[in-house]
Amino acid sequence: MNDFLRIPLGQWVENGIDFITDTFGFVFDFIKLIISSVADGMNFVFTSPPFWIMLIIFAVLAFVARGWLFSLGTTLGFLLILSLDQWENAMDTMALVLVAAAIAVFISVPLGILAAKYRTVSTIVKPVLDFLQTMPAFVYLIPALILFRIGDVPGIVATVLFALAPGVRLTELGIRGVDSEVVEAGQAFGSSPGRILRQIQLPLALPSIMAGINQVIMLSLSMVVIASMVGAGGLGQPVIQSLSRADVALGFEAGLSVVILAIFLDRLTASFGSGKGYFRFIIESFNVRGRRAESAAVDAAANSDAATTEPAELTPPVR
Amino acid sequence: MVVSQWSCSESAPLSFPTRITQGFDRALRSTRTVIERSEALKVPSNQENVTEKFAVSAKNIYKVFGRRPNEAVERLQHGASRDEITELGTAAVIDASFDVLPGEIFVVMGLSGSGKSTLIRMLNGLWDTTSGTVTVGGDLITGISAPKLRDVRRRRISMVFQHFALFPHRSVLENAAYALEVQGIAREERLARAQKTIDLVGLKGWGHKMPSELSGGMQQRVGLARALTADTDVLLMDEAFSALDPLIRREMQEQLLELQTELGKTIIFITHDLNEAMFLGDRIAVMRDGRIVQIGTPEDILTDPANDYVAQFVQDVDRSRVLTAASVMEPVRATVFASGGPRAALKVMRDLQTSTAFVISRDRTLQGVVRDADVMKLVRKGVTDMTTILSDEYNAVDENTYLSELFVPSVESPLPLAVIDERGRLKGVVPRVTLLAALGNVTTDTGELQVMEPPLTVSTDVITDALDASDTSSDAKEDAR
Ligand SMILES: Nc1ncnc2c1ncn2[C@@H]1O[C@H](COP(=O)(O)OP(=O)(O)OP(=O)(O)O)[C@@H](O)[C@H]1O
Ligand SMILES: [Mg+2]
Repeated sequence: MNDFLRIPLGQWVENGIDFITDTFGFVFDFIKLIISSVADGMNFVFTSPPFWIMLIIFAVLAFVARGWLFSLGTTLGFLLILSLDQWENAMDTMALVLVAAAIAVFISVPLGILAAKYRTVSTIVKPVLDFLQTMPAFVYLIPALILFRIGDVPGIVATVLFALAPGVRLTELGIRGVDSEVVEAGQAFGSSPGRILRQIQLPLALPSIMAGINQVIMLSLSMVVIASMVGAGGLGQPVIQSLSRADVALGFEAGLSVVILAIFLDRLTASFGSGKGYFRFIIESFNVRGRRAESAAVDAAANSDAATTEPAELTPPVR
Repeated sequence: MVVSQWSCSESAPLSFPTRITQGFDRALRSTRTVIERSEALKVPSNQENVTEKFAVSAKNIYKVFGRRPNEAVERLQHGASRDEITELGTAAVIDASFDVLPGEIFVVMGLSGSGKSTLIRMLNGLWDTTSGTVTVGGDLITGISAPKLRDVRRRRISMVFQHFALFPHRSVLENAAYALEVQGIAREERLARAQKTIDLVGLKGWGHKMPSELSGGMQQRVGLARALTADTDVLLMDEAFSALDPLIRREMQEQLLELQTELGKTIIFITHDLNEAMFLGDRIAVMRDGRIVQIGTPEDILTDPANDYVAQFVQDVDRSRVLTAASVMEPVRATVFASGGPRAALKVMRDLQTSTAFVISRDRTLQGVVRDADVMKLVRKGVTDMTTILSDEYNAVDENTYLSELFVPSVESPLPLAVIDERGRLKGVVPRVTLLAALGNVTTDTGELQVMEPPLTVSTDVITDALDASDTSSDAKEDAR
């Protein structure tokens, strides 16, 4: 086609990767050791209890997050997975997703905070994120495979890279979106930057950050399935099997299980961010009770020399 | 400390007594300020001492946003105009200098974009000055380290924001306690102290609510409580009332004055509303395009604008709420001493061709008015005591009354309004013509005042005859003795 100018870019990258594996192999072995032990631990947590214990835990979580309807749907969904004989795989996937998403969150949220605070970090991180997000997902698998060899670890590493972007973006956006006058108010009363971050910026950016975490989890799920190509366990295995064997039945069953997991994880994590359901209610009522007791105590202290104390307000505040 | 409670209902109409006492409060305040001001000016011109005397002091401060701010400042210092340096940056504040006295309400006023917010943010170091120095209570706050600056903000200066800037995730009480939390004060104590300021601003019982459950006016009270809890001497308020509707705004203004009288805070108040500036300010700085074009008392600004810009700016102000009786009154012409007797009174009235005269005692305390016909009767009867004919058919007003409150008494009384000081001494008069002229910003010529006094009801000849007659009769009495 074009024999005039062919830049061997791919070759260079390959050489680079070779060089890295040769020189820093021990570093990657170390990383692999840590990640694989964490993943094994998580896997143990999900797969060792009998299914009904896990089912009850999921149902209760669902109830707390959004109420009885979601809880019922969750129960039916997981029973369906069980009856499709994908329970083991689903739990493997769940464990992988949680490990990958946790690592991604641990990297992306602090990175987002830095990007919100320093313009330079933001300008450097942005194109890198664009690159990570638009690169075809399979491409991550290749260097991951070379660096960490086959198994769960390259899958997790590829997943983390793929899922990082929304965590960073939405954290940065959330913190930048906090009303600058409110931040100024913190400064005007002499707060240190750390205190402002902890007490003002992070709490107010929380809905946005939670939306980011939700996205991270969803992307992790989709990538974990793909990562089975490099030997990661879970629902990806039957999907890839069915692909190579043109097994429609197996493919559909495994795919449906992924969809059920996705819906469950999405609704669950979304409710933490948007403050729906009993999860929020429990926290709130706890807070309000604490606050009311406190203000009553303050009133009492303020009026201690007066003969009467204010009657405590009994009706809950309208929200 | 006696601290009055603010009323909690914000839509309640202003109570009548509040309005009446307002003028007096203000008079007290301005008297105090004048005393303090003169004290401040007595300090020898030693630079250090002078700045310590001031609550806040800004010296030639500049703020330029843009790529080459320092170069821009240099050009500005060499006389370049704001428009000439636009390629170097936006000059938001140019060469601003002022000193704010302790206990003063210093208002900065100007149109949108004139640099008010930039100026106030340099006073507590939220933004650095590009050039120039700011001292707060004698401490230099420009060019100091961040921890030191935070320390100054905790101890000396707090702020109320235009859009309230409350922490939406904290209760009203926790909002109010924020400054103390930052200062590291234990939870119990800071909440108890915050509760006190919450009560002070009239939000008793609202402490456990979230800010979003409050109306705008109440939210701004929380903002005020938050700043007051910090218990700093200086309070910065950036268009603190601009987001409130007019009724609540007026109420907040009055309550701010009340509070300032109680607590004696130094307040730097930003506004683009001239009426608000005139109402609140002990002194006003008018800003235009980043420069301070005039600093003066509300009356200075109104009656003696530094340039056309200020004049145009103040054109629309409600003068009747700024000018006081004392600032427009005319000298009294027809006054007679009670001890002088009817004969002397009648002579004065004949000479001035007026049918009425104010009667004052030796220390100028106003006793009443007398009419020519009554005085003449006394003269004819040879009575020497005028108390029997003293009439109270006149209206007297305190010298600090605003013009807006002079209309009714002025209409009710056929005579010019008598202006008296707090000890009841006659200081001057406000004829109706003067009142109208003051509102229309027209100068009156005092020479023409005769037309405004009721002319004699008895002809001059008759008076002269009566005086002569009484003269001879008193002579006769003396002869008889
Ligand atoms: N962060 C900034 N960066 C660049 N220019 C700014 C910045 N802040 C303010 N300016 C400019 O400085 C000038 C003064 O702005 P400032 O906000 O102080 O005005 P203001 O008098 O407070 O106006 P308003 O009544 O609208 O609040 C404006 O021309 C504005 O564009
Ligand atoms: Mg402003």
